[in-house]
Amino acid sequence: MQTITMAFKAIWSNKARSLLTMLGVIIGVISVTVLVAIGQGTTASVTESISAMGTNLLSVTIQTRRIGGGRNSRSNSGAKGTVILKLDEILALEADDTIAAVSPTVSGSLTVKAGSTNTTASVMGVLPAYAQIINQGVEKGRYIIDADVDNRSAVCVIGTELAQTLFGNTDVVGNTVHVDGRRFRIVGVLESKGTSMSGSSDETIVLPLTLAQRMLESTSISSFYLSAVDPDSVNAAQEVVERFLYKKYQNESTYNVMNQTQMLETISETAGTMSLMLGGIAGISLLVGGIGIMNIMLVSVTERTREIGIRKAIGAKRSNILMQFLIEAVVISGLGGLIGLVGGYALMKALEGFLGMPLEMSAGVAQMAIGFSMGVGVIFGLYPADKASKLKPIDALHYS
Amino acid sequence: MIRMTGIRKEYRMGDNIVAALDGVDIHIRPEEFVAIIGPSGSGKSTLMNIIGCLDVADEGVYQFDGQEISDYTEDELAAIRNRKIGFVFQQFNLLPKLTARENVELPLVYQGMSARKRRQRSEEVLSRVGLLDRMGHKPTELSGGQQQRVAIARALATRPSLILADEPTGNLDSKTGAEVMKLFHELHEAGNTIVLITHDAQIAAQTPRAIHIHDGRVLEPAHESEVVI
Repeated sequence: MQTITMAFKAIWSNKARSLLTMLGVIIGVISVTVLVAIGQGTTASVTESISAMGTNLLSVTIQTRRIGGGRNSRSNSGAKGTVILKLDEILALEADDTIAAVSPTVSGSLTVKAGSTNTTASVMGVLPAYAQIINQGVEKGRYIIDADVDNRSAVCVIGTELAQTLFGNTDVVGNTVHVDGRRFRIVGVLESKGTSMSGSSDETIVLPLTLAQRMLESTSISSFYLSAVDPDSVNAAQEVVERFLYKKYQNESTYNVMNQTQMLETISETAGTMSLMLGGIAGISLLVGGIGIMNIMLVSVTERTREIGIRKAIGAKRSNILMQFLIEAVVISGLGGLIGLVGGYALMKALEGFLGMPLEMSAGVAQMAIGFSMGVGVIFGLYPADKASKLKPIDALHYS
Repeated sequence: MIRMTGIRKEYRMGDNIVAALDGVDIHIRPEEFVAIIGPSGSGKSTLMNIIGCLDVADEGVYQFDGQEISDYTEDELAAIRNRKIGFVFQQFNLLPKLTARENVELPLVYQGMSARKRRQRSEEVLSRVGLLDRMGHKPTELSGGQQQRVAIARALATRPSLILADEPTGNLDSKTGAEVMKLFHELHEAGNTIVLITHDAQIAAQTPRAIHIHDGRVLEPAHESEVVI
């Protein structure tokens, strides 16, 4: 107890230096907590938005565009690469008992303009069934209908966020926007689904598939979504689709069918790796902070050689001196850790608005950060403390 | 109290081995007030380090308070310094960041004494040296004489068997030096054993007995009292 008070006194009497020493640990802890929180926040919001689409969803991506028919076309791969999925073929899948709805999608980025406001938004071309498949209807107005697709009508459904950006409000049904210079009538406003790091459906603009294909100059279908009739038939539906695609391509590597569970797994795996990497990088800065502590403690031992001599002369044992310096190092690093936690929390709250997602400091991360920084204090305080404790009282007393 | 026989201590200086102490025999009884006097380089500092258990002899037997301490470990020596020896140094050697009271309590902290008892004890010894009203002050806020009295209070706090003073008046003017010497005499009369190391014959003359040391050897007795052991 006495030693701890002594450590605080020693730190307090050298405020500026102590703070600078702590800085390394403070920055380390701030980066650990904030980066991990960002990683976790991302995972959470992506997971949430995926779950919101419903558990019946299957997504299919096709990698047919291997420079289809171009110079590089070798006999076998070229032949497969040129296989083009026709809309009818895909829609024919709806006939299966396990599949409720199918919609091909095309997507890209185009300039969207309303009045004088101008922005780049992600544009999606879909069939009417898409609303049901990803479980996102309209808030106002109507969705894309079959007639729009058949006639290539210049109508669109707009995300709430994008409506805000362009018009300042979401009451925009009946207004017109220019997409890539072409006039569109807004017929509906999408239900808000919230934002995530991977892009938000609130910021997209949805067009009839046929028109979007033309505008994005992608007539071949490279991805489509479908929904199973109920969660239990997802696996059966997946098999049906895979069988259909295999018959078409004769090559499993050219397409990829994913269900929600797989998608969630992939995402949480990626996010986990990312968090780990970010945490690791931040951990290195903690380590550097530890070296700073060792450096200053070594200086401190030299400066206080006489003090150590006096303490030893009046009866301090080696362990007393060792503990004194060790506790000082741990208090510095622990205090730095605490300040870092507070700083990290403040930074998270500041970043929340900026990133548009909730950031939480988990108790586990906080404990780990404090534990780790105190561990750094012990490890890097040990050498200077040992050096101090080994000083001979007569040598230390006569040091000036 | 102290019995030294054939104490020898050597130092290496480059290629030469210099004997700082060359067969010293000393006997000091309890409740004695003894000066050890010698010019600088005579080996008296080395002798003081050995008496004070800050260092150990290379050869010879040193018995302190009935204990043979020649082969003690560093921690055992620390325990003896802590409980049985009270040091008073020429440069006072107070910790500048602690108050007078905290300085006095420091050896008691290392004994593991409770805060309440430490408080009691520090007040007791600080009033003994007449500084009860200054105990909240740091050393830099005290005069040299006051600092030395705080150091004496620190030496007394553990109720040691021996008070070992190394040139205690060396950094003081003659008036405060005389006051400090008066305090030592009072402590001697109260039954404390005191060994005072000095190069100053005038200071040595004030003690009942002086041991002269020169070139690492004890000279013939200067005081008659030394003949009788």
